[in-house]
Amino acid sequence: MVPTSYYVILSAILFGLGVFAFIFKRNIITIFMSIELMLNAVNLAFVAFSQALGKLDGQVFVLFVIVVAAAEAAVGLGIIILIARNRQTLNVERVDLLKL
Amino acid sequence: MLEYLWIVPLLPLLGSAVNGLFGAKLPNKFVNGVAIGSTALSFLCALEAVREFFESGQVLFHKEFFTWIAGGNFRAGFDLQMDQLTVVMVLVVTGVGWLIHIYATGYMAHEGGYYRFFSYLNLFMFFMLILVLAANYVLLFVGWEGVGLASYLLIGFYFLKKSASDAGKKAFIVNRIGDFGFMLGMFLLFKTFGTLDFVQLFAMADPWPADAMGHLGTFTIASLLLFTGACGKSAQLPLYVWLPDAMEGPTPVSALIHAATMVTAGVYVVARSHILFAHAPTAMLVVAIVGCATAFFAATIGLVQTDIKKVLAYSTVSQLGYMFLACGVGAFSAGIFHLMTHAFFKALLFLAAGSVIHAMGGEQDMNRMGGLSKKIRWTYVTMLTATLAIAGFPPFAGFFSKDSILLSAFQSEYGGRNVGYTLYAFGLATALLTTFYMFRLIFLTFQGKQRYDEHNVHVHESPKSMLAPLMILALLSVVGGWLAAPAFLPGGTDYFTKFMQPVFGGVEVAEAEAQARSLEITLAIVAVITALIGAAVAYWLYLKRPEKADGLAKSLKPAYTTLLNKYYVDELYAATVVRPLLWISTNVLWKAADVAGIDGAVNGIASGTTAIGDGVRHTQSGNARSYAVWVVVGAIVIIAVTFFWPFGGKPVVGMVH
Repeated sequence: MVPTSYYVILSAILFGLGVFAFIFKRNIITIFMSIELMLNAVNLAFVAFSQALGKLDGQVFVLFVIVVAAAEAAVGLGIIILIARNRQTLNVERVDLLKL
Repeated sequence: MLEYLWIVPLLPLLGSAVNGLFGAKLPNKFVNGVAIGSTALSFLCALEAVREFFESGQVLFHKEFFTWIAGGNFRAGFDLQMDQLTVVMVLVVTGVGWLIHIYATGYMAHEGGYYRFFSYLNLFMFFMLILVLAANYVLLFVGWEGVGLASYLLIGFYFLKKSASDAGKKAFIVNRIGDFGFMLGMFLLFKTFGTLDFVQLFAMADPWPADAMGHLGTFTIASLLLFTGACGKSAQLPLYVWLPDAMEGPTPVSALIHAATMVTAGVYVVARSHILFAHAPTAMLVVAIVGCATAFFAATIGLVQTDIKKVLAYSTVSQLGYMFLACGVGAFSAGIFHLMTHAFFKALLFLAAGSVIHAMGGEQDMNRMGGLSKKIRWTYVTMLTATLAIAGFPPFAGFFSKDSILLSAFQSEYGGRNVGYTLYAFGLATALLTTFYMFRLIFLTFQGKQRYDEHNVHVHESPKSMLAPLMILALLSVVGGWLAAPAFLPGGTDYFTKFMQPVFGGVEVAEAEAQARSLEITLAIVAVITALIGAAVAYWLYLKRPEKADGLAKSLKPAYTTLLNKYYVDELYAATVVRPLLWISTNVLWKAADVAGIDGAVNGIASGTTAIGDGVRHTQSGNARSYAVWVVVGAIVIIAVTFFWPFGGKPVVGMVH
């Protein structure tokens, strides 16, 4: 049996990659994907702990996260399409209307 | 009517309200009717109440109408009382007040703000009646402050004139100093006796042992504090400075408020609290000395004034000093008697002076009058009557009242016989000065050469509405003193003192003996001779040899200038009180405390917030990625704190078996 710590370390690595991409990538779609990566890294940790502790709570959480992530993906992609239409770009550094 | 005593003060209040609220739209005739009608009705009600009071034969009528303030064991109610002292005061206030209202309808006929004037005047009557009818110090204080307010409003009646509005403020502020003492006195009395009701308070205070001479006991301190208030209201040293300036008000106001009624409120309070004062010989001595000093001091200033109303103002201060002298030597009924006769003849003097000013078309400088006696004969006759009364010639009113004061001063026991003799000497000197300046006024105004331009001034006698009150007051100035007159006859009784016996009985000098009687007659003769000398000197200086007066002024130049400048008291107060206060207000309170302190703190907080905002604003870059960095940094910090703070943190990891 694979020890729980392996799963957790994998999860941490995935999460770290997500964070790294989130901060340093400029394309909105890439950033969006890195968010999904972080969510799934957390999901992996939840499932691993659920398995290790013999409780189902973690798996229930994962189902919730997947549902929310689906909703978020729908809304987020909608926003991205609008940004692309209005600004003719997907570079986040050029979407800084807040700073006036 | 006695059971409905509250109607007496309420009527003028109603008149004031009607005139004040609707007067602007009403014709002057209607305003007249309301003002005179309400005071006349009030006078009649007061007369009826007095009649019932005497018919019932009570010593004291006291009725609680409603409770005004109640808290703990403190109660201040709208309680009115009536005894002999109140009777005198109420009748003087309503009677003289009514006459002056009639006079004012003539005097003010061509002035603007007619309704406003009568509204204020009626308001004054209301507060003055509250003051004299009140059965406790708290209600008395309501009237006390109210008359101060009315006085302020009326002094500043011509408020567009800066000197008038300044004079109003001066009167108000100077009075405030006295009122502060008065309030402290009330607090002390309440703390000591637990009540401020006259009947209960005096009943409790009476059996207490009196303070020793020179000892500052409760009675002495309370009496002196009350006397401070009286000093302010009755224009005694050192708080007299507002009264001469108060002459900026219309002349009927000077007559009613600043001669006959309001300024005597201080004397009334001292007389009302006579039981407290009787327990405090030191306070009595202070009252006598202050009164005597004021009488003499003000009389000397009156010698050289050229404004006809200013002379009368200083004369009023001086005569009020006489009343306090009387109270201070224990002759309360003599003081009240002088208060009454003074109300008659001084109101008359002011009203006659107003008639002169009216005739001269607003001129108040006596140097630009002269020879008016033939042109305004009635004014002249009435004013001469009042002058004879104030100068103390028998059988005019002032003779009897002034004489009984001087006699009491002569016999005074407080502080040893020599003090009494000194008080008497200064009192007599004041009488001499009084006669001199009053006859100087008469001679400069009515006799001698005409010193005004006939073409510019159309001298005319005043209308009947002004002359009628003059004549009534002249009659009272003649006969008013006879109440105490029989005391001069061998075996006679001083009716006024006897009348006051129920009030002042405890402290009054016992029935005079034969020996004292002869002393009284001797002193009376001395007083008359003094008065004659004063009149003769005035005659010689201002009629016979007018050039001598100027020569005398030149040869005594330093003294003359000092008197003309009123001993530089206003300048002294300006230098010692007003200017330091202004300096502190400007530099400490305004510029340091207000601008630097309070404004500085408020503005500092505002600009500090702006500065912090300015600094923090740069963190909001609008760049989504930098926000992401902050989110991550925040998450890392929170996790780090949760796990490793302070050392080790919570054993979350240990959950994983």
